[in-house]
Amino acid sequence: MTSAAPAPILQSSHLLGIEGLSASEITGLLDLAEEYVKLNRAADKKAATLRGRTQINLFFENSTRTQSSFELAGKRLGADVLNMAVKNSSVAKGETLLDTAATLNAMRPDLLIVRHQDSGAVELLSRKVDCCVVNAGDGSHEHPTQALLDALTIRRRGRKFEGLVVAICGDIAHSRVARSNIHLLSRMGARVRLIAPRTLLPADADRFGCEIFTDMREGLKGVDIVMMLRLQLERMTSALVPSTREYFHFYGLDREKLNLAKPGALVMHPGPMNRGVEIDSDVADDLEVSVIQEQVENGVAIRMAVLDALSRNLAKAGRNT
Amino acid sequence: MTKRLAFRNARLIDPATGLDTRGGLLIENGKIADLGAKLFNTADPHDPEVIDCKGLVLAPGLIDMRVFTGEPGSEHRETLASASEAAAAGGVTTIVTMPNTDPVIDEAALVDFIKRRAAATAKVRVAPMAALTHALEGERMTEIGLLREAGAVAFTDGDRSVPNTRVLRRALAYAATHGALVAGHAEDPDLSNGASMTEGEFATRLGLPGAPPAAETIIVERDLRLVELTGARYHFSQISCRASLEAIIAAKARGLPVTCGVSAHHLTMNELDVGSYLTFRKVSPPLRSEADRAAMVEGVAEGHIDVIVSSHDPQAADTKRLPFAAAAYGAVGLETLLPAALTVVHNGHASLIDVMKTVTSTPAQILGLEGGKLAKGLPADLVLFDPEEPFIVDADKLHSRARNTAFEGRKFQGRARMTFVGGECVFDRGKEKMH
Repeated sequence: MTSAAPAPILQSSHLLGIEGLSASEITGLLDLAEEYVKLNRAADKKAATLRGRTQINLFFENSTRTQSSFELAGKRLGADVLNMAVKNSSVAKGETLLDTAATLNAMRPDLLIVRHQDSGAVELLSRKVDCCVVNAGDGSHEHPTQALLDALTIRRRGRKFEGLVVAICGDIAHSRVARSNIHLLSRMGARVRLIAPRTLLPADADRFGCEIFTDMREGLKGVDIVMMLRLQLERMTSALVPSTREYFHFYGLDREKLNLAKPGALVMHPGPMNRGVEIDSDVADDLEVSVIQEQVENGVAIRMAVLDALSRNLAKAGRNT
Repeated sequence: MTKRLAFRNARLIDPATGLDTRGGLLIENGKIADLGAKLFNTADPHDPEVIDCKGLVLAPGLIDMRVFTGEPGSEHRETLASASEAAAAGGVTTIVTMPNTDPVIDEAALVDFIKRRAAATAKVRVAPMAALTHALEGERMTEIGLLREAGAVAFTDGDRSVPNTRVLRRALAYAATHGALVAGHAEDPDLSNGASMTEGEFATRLGLPGAPPAAETIIVERDLRLVELTGARYHFSQISCRASLEAIIAAKARGLPVTCGVSAHHLTMNELDVGSYLTFRKVSPPLRSEADRAAMVEGVAEGHIDVIVSSHDPQAADTKRLPFAAAAYGAVGLETLLPAALTVVHNGHASLIDVMKTVTSTPAQILGLEGGKLAKGLPADLVLFDPEEPFIVDADKLHSRARNTAFEGRKFQGRARMTFVGGECVFDRGKEKMH
């Protein structure tokens, strides 16, 4: 350990979710990410923070953009990055997962980035490996780096979390993005509203300290931030909403509904968007209100901050074991 | 020029306010302009056109919450126009139509079609219900929000229960999102499959396949649990047995937003009325035991059953002149709704005003319609009737296109004399052609 070792930011050696993070941990990550936004805009984007470290991206569920974002983040920090495409095996998933974990662990990675279609799978895997694990999205549970990049985007637009009114709209029930954002925004002092038809609201949603609205027009009144969620087309086949045209009519963000929000309200979307289903192109492409592209940019920076912060804990523990 | 029509010397009955008094009522431009005990007490040469009611009852026109027609698709059975003729003759000023047509009313454009056809051809108001699931198949909910905006007053699969509990749960949760009313038919499709009457001694004698009343109660109890889970407003279109009624009474006591109806048939007939295989008395759910029929009367008398409906279901000879088990379910009923409901009054079980409530103000309230009461400013939808007038039902004199009444030859007391919709006289028995 060198005497110049940077201060630790995270308590845990994994980032499995936002729930459990303190406000100072979140702020620490956002502060660090601000530095990486600057680095990413420089001509020389390379840092040596993770030199010698190995990062494996293990995606059981396809996600080009999240995987690319993590890959870029690791490479810019100087890590060796390996993408493992895992074919989703329908047989004995639990056993396969743990076998995979044991195999990977034997390769002695330092950072393992995992996405899995089942809630809790990333945590299960984290118990079986010796490296740092980052949850890149598990089922309908959490997607912590998405919430962090959303927070960074809000903060970089000069908004204060305390008292900020944020509406999260759409398929809350199946959304890990919504859950992570609810935890983060509430922890930072923002007021969260959930807007969805009852078929897309999770049970006891009101127990999370959020205000619930089934009428989007009511829910959008006076909000500072409108976060749209992607409506998976399988929600239609499973009869949770009757049709995309009805969904767009009542829950799609168009100019008329957006005008009910506070003047200057920002529109966010984790992507990829279903235009004409949950969001109108007129709004999505309006750079005055839409910060969707900034979210993507900030995503790389926040992931660099997370990898950096976790690697500090590796150093602290005197790893490798 | 203001168009005025006055009624004097009427027995005004307004179930919404409990008004039951001798008095008069004034219509101006299709709306109720004034009413009260003192109005037009003495004839005045300056009065507008006056109808002397001679003490007959003047009440809000009836709202029938369960009417099947054949339009579109089976116009040989009934059109909106022919159903409205029957309604007008029965004192019914609003018919709530079921979506069980061909095509099924499961798209906003079809709700619009019904409303426009009704406006162009029907004498009475038509308030369409739309399907709860696509094509009534019980698999995918319809566009409840868009259908509601198009004017659907409630959502129902008509004469079918939604068999899949998960689908129904989602549809109810979604309906609750839009504050929409769901109207359910309670009959377990598996238990009642192939049954043509209520299981029991009489069915056994006739050798007909039967289903137990539990086929209804099982669905009632299931749906009540789903209402509790979803918070949806739910109306049981018609119940027919004591066990169902008790389940609903208990649910109401728990504060659930549920209401229920009973058909005129289940209020006035029991399984023995099937007699010698009278297919016109084959209805769905089937006629029940006398004990269950008595429970329905009791339910109306005590106010636990909210509405009485005709379950008007026109069937042509091709679907009724068949062996009992093969015959279609259903009977016409628009013209006999008021007389059948009045039997509860004549038998001394409930007051006239309480019974009128079940066919006027309560259905209006459940459906969110503005009518169903006598109040200044409301459209003048009215029925004038003599509650004592005796008559015998004669199928040949019915106004409906189909004549499959279950009440042929039945003696009733009380029927409509005149019916007004929006202040216009749409039926006057005094001007009817003699048959």
